[in-house]
Amino acid sequence: MTVLVDTSTRVVVQGITGHQGMVHTQGMREFGTQVVAGVTPGKGGTSVEGVPVFDSVREAVSATGANASCVFVPAPFAKDALLEAVDAGLKLCVLVTEHIPFHDMLVMYHYARSQGTRIIGPNCPGIASPGRAKVGIIPNVVFRPGRVGVISRSGTLTYEIVNGIKEQGLGQSTCIGLGGDPIVGTSFVDALPLFEADPDTDLMVLVGEIGGTAEEDAAELIRKSFSKPVVAYIAGRSAPPGKRMGHAGAIISRGRGTAASKVEALERAGARVARLPYEVSEIVAELARGASRR
Amino acid sequence: MVKLTEGRGKELFRKYGIPVPNGLTVSSPEDAEQAVRTGKVPSPCVVKAQVLSGGRGKGGAVRFASTPEEARAAAAAILGSVFQGETVREVLLEEKVSIARELYVSFALDRSLRLPVLMASARGGVEIESVGDVEIDRQPIEPFPGLAAYERRRAAVVLGLRGPLAAELDRFLVGLYRLFDREDAELAEVNPLAVVGDRLLALDAKVTIEDDAAFRHPEYASIRDDRTPLEELAREKDIAFVQLDGDIGVIANGAGLTMATLDVLKEFGGAPGVFLDLGGTDDPKKVTEAFLLMAKAKPRAVFLNIFGGVTRCDTVASGLVTALGSVPPAERFPLVARIRGHNEAEGIAILRAAGVTSVPDLRASAQAVVAAAKEAR
Repeated sequence: MTVLVDTSTRVVVQGITGHQGMVHTQGMREFGTQVVAGVTPGKGGTSVEGVPVFDSVREAVSATGANASCVFVPAPFAKDALLEAVDAGLKLCVLVTEHIPFHDMLVMYHYARSQGTRIIGPNCPGIASPGRAKVGIIPNVVFRPGRVGVISRSGTLTYEIVNGIKEQGLGQSTCIGLGGDPIVGTSFVDALPLFEADPDTDLMVLVGEIGGTAEEDAAELIRKSFSKPVVAYIAGRSAPPGKRMGHAGAIISRGRGTAASKVEALERAGARVARLPYEVSEIVAELARGASRR
Repeated sequence: MVKLTEGRGKELFRKYGIPVPNGLTVSSPEDAEQAVRTGKVPSPCVVKAQVLSGGRGKGGAVRFASTPEEARAAAAAILGSVFQGETVREVLLEEKVSIARELYVSFALDRSLRLPVLMASARGGVEIESVGDVEIDRQPIEPFPGLAAYERRRAAVVLGLRGPLAAELDRFLVGLYRLFDREDAELAEVNPLAVVGDRLLALDAKVTIEDDAAFRHPEYASIRDDRTPLEELAREKDIAFVQLDGDIGVIANGAGLTMATLDVLKEFGGAPGVFLDLGGTDDPKKVTEAFLLMAKAKPRAVFLNIFGGVTRCDTVASGLVTALGSVPPAERFPLVARIRGHNEAEGIAILRAAGVTSVPDLRASAQAVVAAAKEAR
């Protein structure tokens, strides 16, 4: 068992003929992922790196049995691409695309949910499970198979921390970059139960950022129903507060959203919170050694 | 985010049929006087500084005038003054209305719910943030049906409006929700929403438009916050540019890694100054552009922290060495580079051969750049 992706994952890359699409198709295949199809409207019948390209997701699915999508389509067209993937029956869509307007994401998220499709992203590096499959763009070099689960709102900071875990001689079960946008398809709260149920994950790393209340929500869930040890880091402790406009934001967040509020909530929930990014892998190693001695 | 001044927000309100007081935005005392003299703005009137910061009433940026001369004097006093760091370039002249009650309504995104919320309170006005949660009603709005009539009726009950005023609120909220949706607003807030006789009037307008929706709203392209020339240059290159008080420049890729880098620098006593975030990319061309941009900001030392994902570290390092060579000697600064990821050993070798301090460990590299900045003082 695993979290969302495994060796049966068959990926269709939407926007495969663009630069990003091509580069990361190659990266996913080098990781060992089955990339079975690409879609670019108007380029059906061609191929990229030996992967057949179709005009529509429905054709790609019926010809290749694709069951997950990785979307590189530019923001103005991303909503349509996602709706097409949902309507073609795909149950997992990783949206790498950044700068998608949140009014589009509102429609995309709620429609996908109504059809039973899980979105990861947008503006995210995707999901990877070493030795099984990767859907997205996380660099292959940071991974090593292991038993640490990672969920993060960041991109490159995720790579940094995952790499740190590898340098401690440990490895990862599954790593999900959830994306940092105001509306994400999968939040910490959505992802944590998947790792709770995953027998291959012993320990969880949660990488958050200032802003929003996703970490406070996660802390609440950890306190109530997450049994595995959690190591967390919140980036932006020293960042200056942004200028705000109007009162609505303050009324919604009510003092939550700061680094201090997130750290306090997570610590209260029993998580070990690292002060600095490189301490994450050090604490993970300490906990892993403790567990193996027991 | 594009923040609209009250005057621009109210222009949008008019477009969506949302009632606002009669008024006019002007940028000189002469025009203010003329507006009242010709009756374009009825007197007595209110003269309001068009700035984005809140608290104008308490801060002397709102004045009253009952003659053309007074309007001129009020505009002269406000125009050109600096309010919370913003220079006042325009004032809004508006008819003065007698307010029976001040209410609050807004549409904003609740990230946790992943839905817009309609917030309404009968206790509008300047103290809205200190009004308790029980007195602010929140209704999540599902995007597919959109704002429903029963939700608008509920808001009327919360606001204590009946009869014609309830009907007025219904139209008001339909317009405000339509604006929020069609203009790609992040926030559409009315505080206060005033009851004036048997009418409702939006006395203030706080509207922000999402940057990511710029591709379908070219009309907002000309409205931008005040930017320094360096900030403008960074924007053209799609690099996030933030100026802090310190003397260490930071270049990193990705918001999370940039913030983490600042956290580490602070830990070792460093003071971050300008920081540039390239976004998730490690494109050597963009690294080079950021580097040249940084040179113009005149930092005491620079910390470059790049995690290579797509590009190999040796490619990024070669690009950086080339860029170093193109910085005029007078603008050079001590540099500590940390480039991690694919082929990092080769990247480090290239940097060291070119005389660049290259430390792969985050702790050690942060300490090195803090020391370099101290030495340069």
